[in-house]
Amino acid sequence: MALLVSIAVGLLAACGIYLLLRPRVFSVILGLTLLSYAVNALIFLGGRLGATAAPLALPGARGLADPLPQALVLTAIVIGFGMTAYLVALALRARAETGSDHVDGAEPGEDRR
Amino acid sequence: MSHAPILPILLPMMMAVAMLLRPALARPLAVVSLAAQVVLAALLLGLAGDDAVRVYLLGDWPAPYGIVLVLDRLAAMMVAVTAVLGLAALLHAIGGSDREGRHFHPLFQLQLAGLNGAFLTGDVFNLFVFFEILLLASYGLLMHGGGAARARAGIGYVVLNLVGSALFLISLGLVYGTLGTLNLADIAIVLPGVPAADQALVRSAAALMVAVFLLKAALLPLSFWLPHVYAAAGVPVAALFAVMTKVGVYALLRVEAIGLAGAPATAGLLQPWLPVLALLTIAAGTIGALAARRLALVAANQVLISTGTLLAAVAAGGATATAAALYYLPHTTLVTGGMFLLAGHLARARGALGDTIDNGPRVPGALLLGGAFLVLGVAASGVPPLSGFLAKVMVMQALGGTALGPWLWAGMLVSGLVMALVLARAASAFFWEVGDAAAPAAPEPRRMMFALLLLAAAGPVLALAAAPVASYARAAAEQLHARQPYVEAVLGARPAVQRETRP
Repeated sequence: MALLVSIAVGLLAACGIYLLLRPRVFSVILGLTLLSYAVNALIFLGGRLGATAAPLALPGARGLADPLPQALVLTAIVIGFGMTAYLVALALRARAETGSDHVDGAEPGEDRR
Repeated sequence: MSHAPILPILLPMMMAVAMLLRPALARPLAVVSLAAQVVLAALLLGLAGDDAVRVYLLGDWPAPYGIVLVLDRLAAMMVAVTAVLGLAALLHAIGGSDREGRHFHPLFQLQLAGLNGAFLTGDVFNLFVFFEILLLASYGLLMHGGGAARARAGIGYVVLNLVGSALFLISLGLVYGTLGTLNLADIAIVLPGVPAADQALVRSAAALMVAVFLLKAALLPLSFWLPHVYAAAGVPVAALFAVMTKVGVYALLRVEAIGLAGAPATAGLLQPWLPVLALLTIAAGTIGALAARRLALVAANQVLISTGTLLAAVAAGGATATAAALYYLPHTTLVTGGMFLLAGHLARARGALGDTIDNGPRVPGALLLGGAFLVLGVAASGVPPLSGFLAKVMVMQALGGTALGPWLWAGMLVSGLVMALVLARAASAFFWEVGDAAAPAAPEPRRMMFALLLLAAAGPVLALAAAPVASYARAAAEQLHARQPYVEAVLGARPAVQRETRP
């Protein structure tokens, strides 16, 4: 189970990094989204996976599920979501101001000013 | 005063909310908030002066389970530097540039809340959260006023920092997965006993975290984003950003000195590459300043030089080097902030020429601006008798015995000489070789001039008060490197943390 999730994390991160290195802002945003999925799954792994661990400290329960990574992931998701929304708005603004959706703010070969 | 450590975070946050509810009152509220923060910072400095480490448990949850804020000498000093710089930037902004876009003041306050939080937190996940608060506010502030140059700079800045945040989270996930804690003091206790199988993972996590801090601090291979972003930002925003790179330096110093130092898993993590990169950063900043055609770009490259100098001292380790860095830090932050403000004043007075280093019309009020330029330039380039000279001497003394000592000496001396040349050339273009026609006098609100003079005064004041400031820095460095007081203050003298071994 952990191995499967680890492979998924690696795959997501690899795809995210590839997209991050693309020249258009849209693929960069998708890349960041994939990367943040990978990160969220990784934090989740930090708390160990288990389907049968007791969620609450009931009397006599052993091997409790760790609730902290879930809180951490929730924070990370909220922050990541807000950041992505801001980046989309910024990308639209930059497209309107510079007339290009290239990450450099100008088409390749074109003079910046 | 038991609630004192949380006030520098709560006050700007509450003010930001109040400003959003009553936008018409934003300016007076902002001035009140900054004035209160300066007073508060002075109180915190006084509180921290008794060498006790004050811990604030949020919601009174015991550490390491809850979130803690920690006030010690170093944190109080950083909050004070931020408050002074913030006050000057704000006074400059209310001269008019705050009305160029919407929501300048709430963003400004949130940025301050994030900065203060990052300085005061005692928990690495909370450090991440405060980083995000200050970054999100900085994205908004950077775009304040709009324009193609800012949009262009903004995309790169935001994407780069989002990648940095992702790396930070990966590192936190690994730290929690291996050590089972995110509290800095608890990390210090758990880290030395980490099992051999986990050591490589912990080391990678620490290396990732260091990389993120170095990205924020703009160390050389991660520094190319900085000059054009800072030069594109609005004048008061750029001045406030002068403290942003110092957050990275501070976080590295704090995490390394409290959390990572002395554990076999992270031994020698910063050596031998950090001094080399610091030296290269100084060189890159110097060359960048030499090539810069705008005063704001010179100031942005000055930020790089100061990052290199600070990190060289951090890499050297030990209380002496840290003490030197902690004297250098307020000096360089305030003087660079002043340089950005000065560039704004000149750009305003010279009209279409802006702050381009080129002969232009006679600048109205040249005496005052020229005087400020002289003081800031002398302080920035490290020529006697102002604070820059003293700070550099302290740092160089501390670096003398290290492996790269002679190289760093040469780098800092040459960089100081080149900075002096660059600034002298700029001054002659701005003030001496000017045409006969005076530029049309733009009305300059007095508070903007006051903001500039406030930061320009940092050089002389830090030089005159060198003895108390240096002894404070010395005590802060010793307190930081002692580690034990910090850990005991957070977790108690004999921490009884129940730990469960996990599969």
